Amino acid sequence: MTSEMASFTTPWLTFAIFVPIVCGLLILAVGSDERPALTRNLSLISALLSFFVTIPLYTGFDNTTAAMQFVVEKPWIPAFAVMYHLGVDGISLWFVLLTAFITIIVVLAGWEVITSRIAQYMAAFLILSGLMIGVFVALDGLLFYIFFEATLIPMYIIVGVWGGPNRVYAAFKFFLYTLMGSLLTLVAFLYLWNEAGGSFDIQTWHDLPLAYTPQVFIFFAFLAAFAVKVPMWPVHTWLPDAHVEAPTGGSVVLAAIMLKLGAYGFLRLSLPIVPDASVAMSGIIITLSLIAVIYIGMVAIVQDDMKKLVAYSSVAHMGFVTLGFFIFNTAGVEGAIVQMVSHGFVSAAMFLCIGVLYDRMHSRQISDYGGVINTMPRFVTFFVFFSMANAGLPATSGFVGEFMVIMGAVQFNFWIGLLAATALILGASYSLWMVKRVAFGDVANDHVRDLKDLSNREFFILGIMALAVLYMGIHPKPFTDVMHTSVEALLQHVSNSKL
Amino acid sequence: MMQSQFDFGLAAPEIILTVMGMVILILDALSSGARRTLAYVLSLVTLAVLAGVSYWQWHIGLVGETFFGMYIADPLAHLLKMASYLAVALTLAYGREYMQTRDMLRGGEFYVLVLFALLGQMVMISAGNFLTIYLGLELMSLALYALVAIRRDHAQSTEAAMKYFVLGALASGFMLYGMSMLYGATGNLDLRNIADAVNSGQIDYLPLTFGVVFLVAGLAFKLGAVPFHMWVPDVYQGSPTAVTLVLAAAPKLAAFAITLRILVVGLGDLTADWQPMLLILAFLSLAIGNLTAIMQTNFKRMLAYSTISHMGFILLGLASGSLDGDKQFDTESYGSALFYMLTYVLTTLATFGLIMLMSREGHECEDISDLKGLNRRSPWMAALLLLLMCSLAGLPPLVGFDAKLLILQTLLKSDRLWLAVVAVLFSLIGAFYYLRVIKVMYFDEPEAAAPAMATVWWVPRSLIILNGLAVLVLGLMPNGLLVLCLQAMRATLAF
Repeated sequence: MTSEMASFTTPWLTFAIFVPIVCGLLILAVGSDERPALTRNLSLISALLSFFVTIPLYTGFDNTTAAMQFVVEKPWIPAFAVMYHLGVDGISLWFVLLTAFITIIVVLAGWEVITSRIAQYMAAFLILSGLMIGVFVALDGLLFYIFFEATLIPMYIIVGVWGGPNRVYAAFKFFLYTLMGSLLTLVAFLYLWNEAGGSFDIQTWHDLPLAYTPQVFIFFAFLAAFAVKVPMWPVHTWLPDAHVEAPTGGSVVLAAIMLKLGAYGFLRLSLPIVPDASVAMSGIIITLSLIAVIYIGMVAIVQDDMKKLVAYSSVAHMGFVTLGFFIFNTAGVEGAIVQMVSHGFVSAAMFLCIGVLYDRMHSRQISDYGGVINTMPRFVTFFVFFSMANAGLPATSGFVGEFMVIMGAVQFNFWIGLLAATALILGASYSLWMVKRVAFGDVANDHVRDLKDLSNREFFILGIMALAVLYMGIHPKPFTDVMHTSVEALLQHVSNSKL
Repeated sequence: MMQSQFDFGLAAPEIILTVMGMVILILDALSSGARRTLAYVLSLVTLAVLAGVSYWQWHIGLVGETFFGMYIADPLAHLLKMASYLAVALTLAYGREYMQTRDMLRGGEFYVLVLFALLGQMVMISAGNFLTIYLGLELMSLALYALVAIRRDHAQSTEAAMKYFVLGALASGFMLYGMSMLYGATGNLDLRNIADAVNSGQIDYLPLTFGVVFLVAGLAFKLGAVPFHMWVPDVYQGSPTAVTLVLAAAPKLAAFAITLRILVVGLGDLTADWQPMLLILAFLSLAIGNLTAIMQTNFKRMLAYSTISHMGFILLGLASGSLDGDKQFDTESYGSALFYMLTYVLTTLATFGLIMLMSREGHECEDISDLKGLNRRSPWMAALLLLLMCSLAGLPPLVGFDAKLLILQTLLKSDRLWLAVVAVLFSLIGAFYYLRVIKVMYFDEPEAAAPAMATVWWVPRSLIILNGLAVLVLGLMPNGLLVLCLQAMRATLAF
């Protein structure tokens, strides 16, 4: 009762956004390379604090309504009708928690690895975390856009400053690709603003009647932004570059959260605002998604670089997500959301595993490894487990989402379901073949012979991730319960034509 | 509110500045010293007094015209003048040490010329008649020509001064020719009488449009819009940075004011004629400005091309008024352009100010590569420049984004969707070269271990930090300034 009372009065969403941002700025001000311990501890405390302020969102969440909860609505730029309007529903709740959780992991993952400009590194991730949460909870179009685009700046810096040898190219490609997409979305937002009689409110846009032709234009403008961010084939090429060059923390955030911003955009904006165009254009999206699942899955098999392999597998997994959205049934959409959360854990864990190896060998080439199990048995346990989850092994979180999407796809059209199901085979091929080449066999060279097994810190991080993946795989009900009402309401909304 | 035909109270800021300019000139001639402290302090005091007077005029709602309509005092004039004082004061504060270490403060003429240029701008801002417009324009231009040439023994500066003088004179000629055409057609020099004459429908159309073409060309010269932009990069690069800032900040505000007064107030009935011209200028400025900026290695030259592209955006706003004289619609369109101009000037001030603060004796911080590894050497300056570059690129949550958003909004309201898309695509191209500056600061290793900052007094240092933060804070809370811009514009259009 008291927590419910508190949930109506305490602006938890504002805290969720601004606690990490303010903490990040604080760390910039007081942290430095001369005082690494202070900087690191402060960052960890900030990340934990940022996570704790999101917990009341879950405990105080009401599963039975599709309405927005924890709503904050204040005028922000009155001359312009821009509101500071926040709220969560079953669709966005998990991403808020996931973002705050992953930030803790990122801080821990960079603990000893990052030795130069520690304060800036940690601050960039904390600020980024706040901005991404902002995207998930913004209910004002302009606010959404501002958060969406502001995330580019810290990520650009993260890739460019702490990245690998080709980081400048990767950072530019990442930035310009995503900016191109989002600028077109801005024009679409302004068009909607004009049509809605000067309102940026996303829920007003949901109910705004629109003719078919503008719907199609808006759909493609949104697609430009979200497809790049997801990323969908054929605009996915920035992702392998960015992943390969980014530091481990950057890859983790990129895969676990940033890609979800695009997918979330489809759910929050494309489907409800332009339902008729979404239904009419679903063939295109389904085709692109299947290409991502099958073709990119095959591309992943032949990669020599572990990070690139996981990056391509991310594209394939996100293909499942977009497929699930555009078959318009409960199993598909819920499966896609579960898949998003699950991919947040699994891909993050995969990049953490690769980070563990990279920190020791400074190589991501599969051919430089072999027989790692002989020197790092504890590590390989985790590595095999996460690879299995990546391939969609039952009892891991990877299975639940993919299974639900395939089920939904079969309901929609058997052949689409069949094609989508090949992903399980492809996923197993690229994941397990990589594991085989890296972990098993004879010890390949002296470097591998000298490897040290996981430190306690690494063990702890991977252990938490493993627990999360297992829990979600065995008992997914808390996840689907939260989103069920909202997804039903969304599908109901989409089925009502706006014409 | 009708005052007597000679209300000197309305023109108090100009009168005070004229007197003080001459006083400073005389006192400076009697004083000596390398830093010219007396002239500096007096200039700042003058600006503070002016700000007080203009604020008071604005606060009591002083609106009116005097000297037979030659001089207008309205909220727009007060707002632009206060912005100009701020721009000039910041320029002086940032530029003082720079000028001194380069031996350009042997006499106090830097301060005096800047003040007289400001006087010219104020006359332009308050002008209601072609004669006052031209008077202000020439007063400003002559002072600026001398300022560009202030580094007498420097070849590049001299070249820049010559270019600026020749092209500036050409532009003035264009303007004058256009004015004479309109005078011939309407028999009037007063903007409001011209508006009435055009409105009567009894004026021969041909000389009118002819005059408009020349006026627009002259205004485009002053704003630095393509294809009349050739002087901008050379002058920006060639002038001492302090002078570049004098040129880049306050004069733009005055040019904006006369553009608005001539085209909207005087020739509002010919909107259908001049609007397409502005659109072409805007499109070309966006295209040439952004594309050419990519090629630049000199930071100041890059910023010059970036200025050109920003003028393109402002012209888009100025070209989005209604054709049927819908006051509300016009207020919003031109108000957006005003907001863009004010915030752009604010950002420019901080950017060039940083360049000056980072230039040491014997080492001009002019090439983009001079910024290499700035994050290592001076993380706070790098963070500040990061904010400024992001603002110029139009990224949220900085003020450059709000400004661009307003312009895009007016474009959509005037059913120019395709232009909005074009503007957005050129912003994307523009983002590239701003990002490159960030890349050089953050990703590259420093070449020299020397600290980035010259030993600068704490006042300009803190001012520049405040200036940079203003770009962020205004970006987060643009409402106040936006409302001011809309109010000022509404009053001017209704007047």
